[in-house]
Amino acid sequence: MVDIPYEGITGIPPAEVPEVELYHPRSWWTRYVFSQDAKVIAIQYSLTASAIGLVALVLSWLMRLQLGFPGTFSFIDANQYLQFITMHGMIMVIYLLTALFLGGFGNYLIPLMVGARDMVFPYVNMLSYWVYLLAVLVLASTFFVPGGPTGAGWTLYPPQAILSGTPGQDWGIILMMSSLILFIIGFTMGGLNYVVTVLQARTRGMTLMRLPLTVWGIFTATVMALLAFPALFVASVMLLLDRLLGTSFFMPSLVEMGQLSKYGGGSPLLFQHLFWFFGHPEVYIVALPAFGIVSDLISTHARKNIFGYRMMVWAIVGIGALSFVVWAHHMYVSGMFPQFGYFFATTTLIIAIPTAIKVYNWVLTLWRGDIHLRVPMLFALGFIITFVNGGLTGLFLGNVVVDVPLSDTMFVVAHFHMVMGVAPIMVVLGAIYHWYPKVTGRMLNDVLGKFHFWVTFLGAYLIFFPMHYLGLLGVPRRYFELGDAAFIPPSAHSLNAFISVVALTVGFSQMVFLFNLAWSLFKGEASGGNPWRATTLEWQTPETPPGHGNWGKELPIVYRWAYDYSVPGAAEDFIPQNQPPRATQLVQGAAS
Amino acid sequence: MAETVLTNSGQSTARLEGWRGIAADWASDQRAFKNVSWGKAMMWIFLLSDTFIFSCFLLSYMTARMSTTVPWPNPSEVFALNIGGKHIPLILIAIMTFVLISSSGTMAMAVNFGYRRDRVRTAILMLVTAAFGATFVGMQAFEWTKLIMEGVRPWGNPWGAAQFGSSFFMITGFHGTHVTIGVIFLIAIARKVWRGDFDVERRGFFTSRKGYYEIVEITGLYWHFVDLVWVFIFAFFYLW
Repeated sequence: MVDIPYEGITGIPPAEVPEVELYHPRSWWTRYVFSQDAKVIAIQYSLTASAIGLVALVLSWLMRLQLGFPGTFSFIDANQYLQFITMHGMIMVIYLLTALFLGGFGNYLIPLMVGARDMVFPYVNMLSYWVYLLAVLVLASTFFVPGGPTGAGWTLYPPQAILSGTPGQDWGIILMMSSLILFIIGFTMGGLNYVVTVLQARTRGMTLMRLPLTVWGIFTATVMALLAFPALFVASVMLLLDRLLGTSFFMPSLVEMGQLSKYGGGSPLLFQHLFWFFGHPEVYIVALPAFGIVSDLISTHARKNIFGYRMMVWAIVGIGALSFVVWAHHMYVSGMFPQFGYFFATTTLIIAIPTAIKVYNWVLTLWRGDIHLRVPMLFALGFIITFVNGGLTGLFLGNVVVDVPLSDTMFVVAHFHMVMGVAPIMVVLGAIYHWYPKVTGRMLNDVLGKFHFWVTFLGAYLIFFPMHYLGLLGVPRRYFELGDAAFIPPSAHSLNAFISVVALTVGFSQMVFLFNLAWSLFKGEASGGNPWRATTLEWQTPETPPGHGNWGKELPIVYRWAYDYSVPGAAEDFIPQNQPPRATQLVQGAAS
Repeated sequence: MAETVLTNSGQSTARLEGWRGIAADWASDQRAFKNVSWGKAMMWIFLLSDTFIFSCFLLSYMTARMSTTVPWPNPSEVFALNIGGKHIPLILIAIMTFVLISSSGTMAMAVNFGYRRDRVRTAILMLVTAAFGATFVGMQAFEWTKLIMEGVRPWGNPWGAAQFGSSFFMITGFHGTHVTIGVIFLIAIARKVWRGDFDVERRGFFTSRKGYYEIVEITGLYWHFVDLVWVFIFAFFYLW
């Protein structure tokens, strides 16, 4: 086998695709509202996702009030508590994180990072946002319909999801399913755009192996979403039919309110299989963009190339593929054929290998780097630590025998909040601090940012670390109140109160962040085009914020990978991707 | 997106062997799939996603059919027609399948004439395809009516497992929706071909982009996919 390094190609092939004329907005409406510009769509996605995310944040405060001080708040009853749980989970996982990472960061960063003028089909991209907005509105409307939102838990397991004992049985569950179907339709329109843009619309010289890892993460997550959301789509359609038409796909014959229900012969396990065939890849749909973004944050702020770029790419792809064959580790206690557990525990633990490769590579990137502890870097470091923590408790839950006693306890809540709640949110926040200067042309305030980081980071640990202990004690999740169970010591109750106080504090500290976002928009220090001295293409745009079409007259040409930091002999400690080799040599000559 | 542009790098680059070569080909400059336009790539990826939807529907149906404790109605009996005093099993489904497969043939011919820029023949063949599709949907409507008259409902039927009716209406309904959307697309594109939009590079109403004859092939991809899915539904629902 001949080993030829193809990073060193200097002759850049001619453009394969002629430039496409962009849609030029003619009015305020088509420029800012019905915009076909991916950057505007990205901001629309981000604002919508953040708005509904704030609702979910408030719901978590209400839950913590109830858990920490049971019986104190008369405005929270058991049904509402279940509704809060359901809506908090569903909003955070799908309507906030998925939409923010793919619709928000994906739309903004993919065209800029691959050197395209826009997504390949801007009109479809615009529709994607409007369908997403409709899905969010349908979801939000459930708070105002008779009976309120569904209280079935975010997993929406039948049969209880559509039986009359569950809150939101009349309207909530119907609107929830409709909203999910809309979300999937809207996402598919956007997702096709992201995938085709990465595959087919890169600029000259931008091979896939020169892409920043951010794009790799978002790209792989989008491909996964296109293959995983179909299962949720089908499950939603069938559950909707069960509820509306009285079919029995998921409904066995059972007694409801003392009467034999009209259902019979369906399989509740089928729903769980469909749901988790979507649900587990969903974890990585949220995690992979975070992996990608954090790699770029670490490399940029440690002024060092990412360690093992090629392995990082393969790890992302490998995790994406493996995550489709682990879904039943969510179902060890569901009553499925017990020996399936062998297979799914094995595949689950195999995922630890590519994940560990990534963690080691992040740490090795930091090793002897020129680390600048700026706010994005702080969040990136916070992510690594939190993700390792969440991953380690994943080893407990991935093994059948350990999972069985821990199932449905607070341990599970602590685990998934660490690994797919706090960890990705750390990356989201770090990424906002990192790219805000590109989006607005102004820096976020550093002092407020550091305050925000430390309160969020330490607070997250004060909230979720004790929760593991509660889980080991056997404190169940999703319970409105614990009552006087003998196995729960009084210390658990005071621990719960402590967690609630911290949770409210951390929640309110996010207002500092919101203030920072708004204040810096007008008063922030001007950032210039490349405040972090980063190599990737989005920092090399002629204007900041980038104009319509991103690149002015000429598309950039890429000569190198995304991680030329601290190259020995170079005049600066970074070499942008679009800097030709000859120019570098000249600079080197001048330097030496 | 322009019409398909042939890759002409003008230079032979050193080739890697084995897996590295495969990875290098996929990762190559600008486009992973050479000579594939944006629209065609997008349709293929959409169809991959749609395959997962139909697979989930069919797998769910098969799970329901295998796990139900009540006997499953015999499809040969249920889908039989009395024609001229004879009881012929699955005759309507056979005709429907024949119609849909034939429409794939006319679609393929339309694609061929599209690339020859034969406006009239392309448009006529697309309309014939749409007519076949509409016939299919019409026969499906007849079949639905017949079954509903015989007492089949999503929540039950006279012959056995309730999931028979549920799966039947859901799967054929979802597929029929696909065919209907395809018919609408075919008519819309046929109109554009007939009017010569792709020769004068007229801009689209919504997207304000120029269209190309390749859209005929992209519509064809969708149409063939819908036909292919029907073959699986035919095999798994009617023949099993």
